[in-house]
Amino acid sequence: MFNPQAEAMPVKELRKLQGVRLQDLVRRAYAHVPFYRAKLDAHGVKPDDVRGIEDIAKLPFTMKKEFREQYPFGMFAVPHREIVRIHASSGTTGKPTVVGYTRNDIDNWAECTARSLACGGATADDTVQIAYGYGLFTGGLGMHYGAEKLGAAALPTSSGNTEKQIMLMKDFGVTVLCSTPSYALQIAEVAAQMGEDLMKLPLKSGHFGAEPWTEAMRRRIEELFPLKALDIYGLSEVAGPGVASECLEQHGLHVFEDHFYPEIIDPETGDPLPDGQKGELVFTCLTKEGVPLIRYRTRDVTMILDEGPCPCGRTSRKIARLMGRTDDMLIIRGINVFPSQVEDVLVRIEGVQPQYLIVVDRQGNLDTMEIKVEVTESLFSDEVRKLEALRDKIHHQIKAMLNVSAKITLVEPKTIERTLGKAKRVQDLRKLT
Amino acid sequence: MKVRQISIFLENRSGRLASVLKEVGRAGVNIRALSLADTSDFGILRLIVDDVDKGVQVLKDAGHTVSLTEVLAVEVPDHPGGLAGILEKLSEANLNVEYMYAFVCRATEKAVVVFRFEDVNAAIAALKKAGISILPAETVYSL
Repeated sequence: MFNPQAEAMPVKELRKLQGVRLQDLVRRAYAHVPFYRAKLDAHGVKPDDVRGIEDIAKLPFTMKKEFREQYPFGMFAVPHREIVRIHASSGTTGKPTVVGYTRNDIDNWAECTARSLACGGATADDTVQIAYGYGLFTGGLGMHYGAEKLGAAALPTSSGNTEKQIMLMKDFGVTVLCSTPSYALQIAEVAAQMGEDLMKLPLKSGHFGAEPWTEAMRRRIEELFPLKALDIYGLSEVAGPGVASECLEQHGLHVFEDHFYPEIIDPETGDPLPDGQKGELVFTCLTKEGVPLIRYRTRDVTMILDEGPCPCGRTSRKIARLMGRTDDMLIIRGINVFPSQVEDVLVRIEGVQPQYLIVVDRQGNLDTMEIKVEVTESLFSDEVRKLEALRDKIHHQIKAMLNVSAKITLVEPKTIERTLGKAKRVQDLRKLT
Repeated sequence: MKVRQISIFLENRSGRLASVLKEVGRAGVNIRALSLADTSDFGILRLIVDDVDKGVQVLKDAGHTVSLTEVLAVEVPDHPGGLAGILEKLSEANLNVEYMYAFVCRATEKAVVVFRFEDVNAAIAALKKAGISILPAETVYSL
């Protein structure tokens, strides 16, 4: 355990700490973020109404849409000089959600990713290969700071250049791997082509997240690498990776709830659901200074496990592996994609909205995205090169906007299935269950 | 002078071309000339028919994406180097050919080449200046 005092804190004490932190959070948000002041006023709640963690249900939810409307810095609660890092996640309309971190925020986040790594047994003696993307995406830098905080050697390989990843993994004696689960499978495939036997490497744990995966994928990864594969969860609005992590029990993800308070609600009514019931995951960032977050609706579907204490000794509650989304967001190679973003690009190219269908599949170990676009008269040309230019333009703009490479296929009109009411925009052929 | 060509978008799937030609045939529209441009993903069918308006209507009703394109038909001397000579003159006139296709006319035993130019009006002027005769549209429709 990285921080036994916090991670194994008696539950009663933990609730008390959460209550104190919640009071402080609401006070800060109300005083410094006009958005929250207006929201709490409209809801008829004053910061003084919050006396303990049980009062959290009195507070209104924060939606992703509201977060985005505060672009760029409307959610920030501190003067800009106190912000030391800015991350941004993809939004549904081109405007990302922007998260600013103070030095304390970075420190707390690193603490949580360090705890996540320690969940798999990592210590200062380990070498941690971080094959998550580095950049605005929180995956790479989030795990990096955690590895350093742990005192381990961080190896910032980022994603891509798989052959080199394998060479370094072998030559540097990497013991801990962090990546998306699908990229881990990709690494294994390339290693096999190179004739490298990964089972001979000193790897002991892998921290895989940023996309949905299954028990079957876990078994495959553990057959291909000599490591324990652990699920790690996070989202940039809340912090990044390290909001919750599995321990070596491999049964549910411990939420680091002295920082991130979890609730499960009915997505329709907003009512809190008891442990063991499936619903939408909601987080309150108890300690965040840069962007305080109150009851943020993640749109992720899971449950809080209704079980006794975890044998690992951590007292925090555990959430089940993610079970889906309450909205239409797709996760493609770890990147969040909303169909409305694709629609946006198409509308901007032609000024009209053509019929389209997003087909997601998994070929080998990598997600693929194909966008079928019906060729209307306004898009059509009798010249091949103009149609090819159109196709390439859509490809480039999708890539620029979503950071995902999609195959664009021009199709004849009326070939995309119309359903009554809501048009079918996505066909997900990936088998994840 | 300008010949109206029907262009149709086709997916690269089996049976698509047959389906289009069936629609046209059922309406009693006769095809005079045809060319198919294809890529790995899609194709563009270009048709010259005897009844353009009817052809367009039939295809649109069947749900196809159709456009009308103005092309020029030129009679090419039926001897070696005939077409080369014409292309040379087009090149001298700085005319850009987007695409072209040829067929042999049964009645005259002469080759007819259909040209799609970037700027059809400039092409007409240049062809005339070069002394190349352009077939009247009506002649082409009833070839």
